[in-house]
Amino acid sequence: MSKFQFPESIKSRPVYGTLEPRGDVAYLLVADAEGAEAIYDLATAGAHVARNAHIIYLPNETGDKYTGMLQALNPAQLYIGPSYEAALSRIQRVLSNARMGLQVCLSGTEGLMGKALIEVSAAGIPHSAVQFEHSGSVARRMQCVHCKGITENVSTDPFVCSHCGLNLFVRDHYSRRLAAFQGVCIDAEDPGNVPDPVELYS
Amino acid sequence: MNTTTKPSGSGAQKMDVIVEAVTPLNDLVTRFDFKRANGEDFPTFSGGAHTVIEMQDGDRVRLNPYSLMSDPVQTASYSISVRRDDEGRGGSLFMHNHVKVGDRMRLSTPVNLFCLDLRAKKHIFVAGGIGITPFLGMIAQLERTQGRWELHYSGRSRALASYAEQLTRQHGSKVHIYFDDQSQTIDIDGLLSGQPLGSHLYVCGPAGMISWVLGRAADSAWPSDSVHSEEFLAPQSGEPFQVRLCQSDKTIEVGAHESLLEAIERAGVAAPYLCRGGACGQCETTVLEYDGEFQHRDHWLEDAEHASGKKIMPCVSRFVGKTLVLDR
Ligand code: FES
Repeated sequence: MSKFQFPESIKSRPVYGTLEPRGDVAYLLVADAEGAEAIYDLATAGAHVARNAHIIYLPNETGDKYTGMLQALNPAQLYIGPSYEAALSRIQRVLSNARMGLQVCLSGTEGLMGKALIEVSAAGIPHSAVQFEHSGSVARRMQCVHCKGITENVSTDPFVCSHCGLNLFVRDHYSRRLAAFQGVCIDAEDPGNVPDPVELYS
Repeated sequence: MNTTTKPSGSGAQKMDVIVEAVTPLNDLVTRFDFKRANGEDFPTFSGGAHTVIEMQDGDRVRLNPYSLMSDPVQTASYSISVRRDDEGRGGSLFMHNHVKVGDRMRLSTPVNLFCLDLRAKKHIFVAGGIGITPFLGMIAQLERTQGRWELHYSGRSRALASYAEQLTRQHGSKVHIYFDDQSQTIDIDGLLSGQPLGSHLYVCGPAGMISWVLGRAADSAWPSDSVHSEEFLAPQSGEPFQVRLCQSDKTIEVGAHESLLEAIERAGVAAPYLCRGGACGQCETTVLEYDGEFQHRDHWLEDAEHASGKKIMPCVSRFVGKTLVLDR
């Protein structure tokens, strides 16, 4: 699958790389949907990865398209779950039992990687030591700067805040603490003057 | 111009102090306690901070950085420990041989280039020899805040491991001491592999020890941002060389036993600095022109910057060649 190249933007906007095997140490791999491919590539590049890996995978709308591929890697542990919320306590438990040296690799959508990074940072791993690889949807997790509500899976700009109903402009300004981009009211000066929504990166 | 006055606007602010106590700890290390000349308290500091001490050695001013090793909230006095270096440029020998109780000296306000990362779940200290000093302040700070820590400290022998006994007495099993003369060494791989997530590692000691520990930490897949080290380099002697200071319109001679920074100061030119040991980046100076070779020794510039011939850190680096013109 060809990878989406995010155009260059402000410094706040996260950039993602390609997962690479590191030492013969424990790995925590968290992925959603097409993010399974990044795990597969990682485990193929480093034969030692799978036997050291705890994989937490959320297929979401891809169903069982990738699950067989992950099972075939024969990882130390594989959890396939219905939602991030369902997987959260498992992520937290893996982190609380882990020792220094654990490698964390996150792949898939920005929302998933961002939310998992919140847990990983809280456990004390510097974000600079975490590997990321984006794949799949380019939809964003957005915070309304007015009501602070989060709207998941935003794929158009502007969009309507799912909490307060304001028309929000999609900014590249990102918060690692919230794992969300900032959405700012687009028609504050001239209420009702809202441009037609366009698909992000279309 | 009186060459002993320090040009203004450089370094941290200075405080006049009086030597309160001089306490030899063993054959190599002596502790110096200071109080402020104006009777006021010192500023508080954070564990790991250092001060630059100003020594009036005849008509020469020596400025050496030393870690503050007292309890950061005990502001009635500051303490440093000085290891005598018979091969060095003379600062530590001056402290050992000439400084007496009652002397007036000057200390800079504290500067911290080696502070605790307070997000750490646990702090692991690895010290070699006189590298123990910054950890004394850090430990005092963590004891107050109930921080979790452990210390691994190696010294040449029981007699030369300054503060080892006191640390063991006060903190018991958090303190692990290793004596070289009994062939005791830190099991670094065991230490690194057993630590809870969120631990931070701090190393201070001889250069060889620091690079050994940093190398083992990288091999054990520790994040580089979880590993901290401090090494003050002392400027090294070398061939004298000439430098043109463009902004000040002066040509100066750097003597064999002084640093480029000291020569610039001697010429009465205000040059920025903080650590005087190649660590803080404050003295970074632009090179306008050169014909010769740099002897870069700092821990600040990237390799590419060293190779570029466009920057020099005058506190520790030298030059050999025909022409060197600095934007100073
Ligand atoms: S004064 Fe700190 S690097 Fe030169």
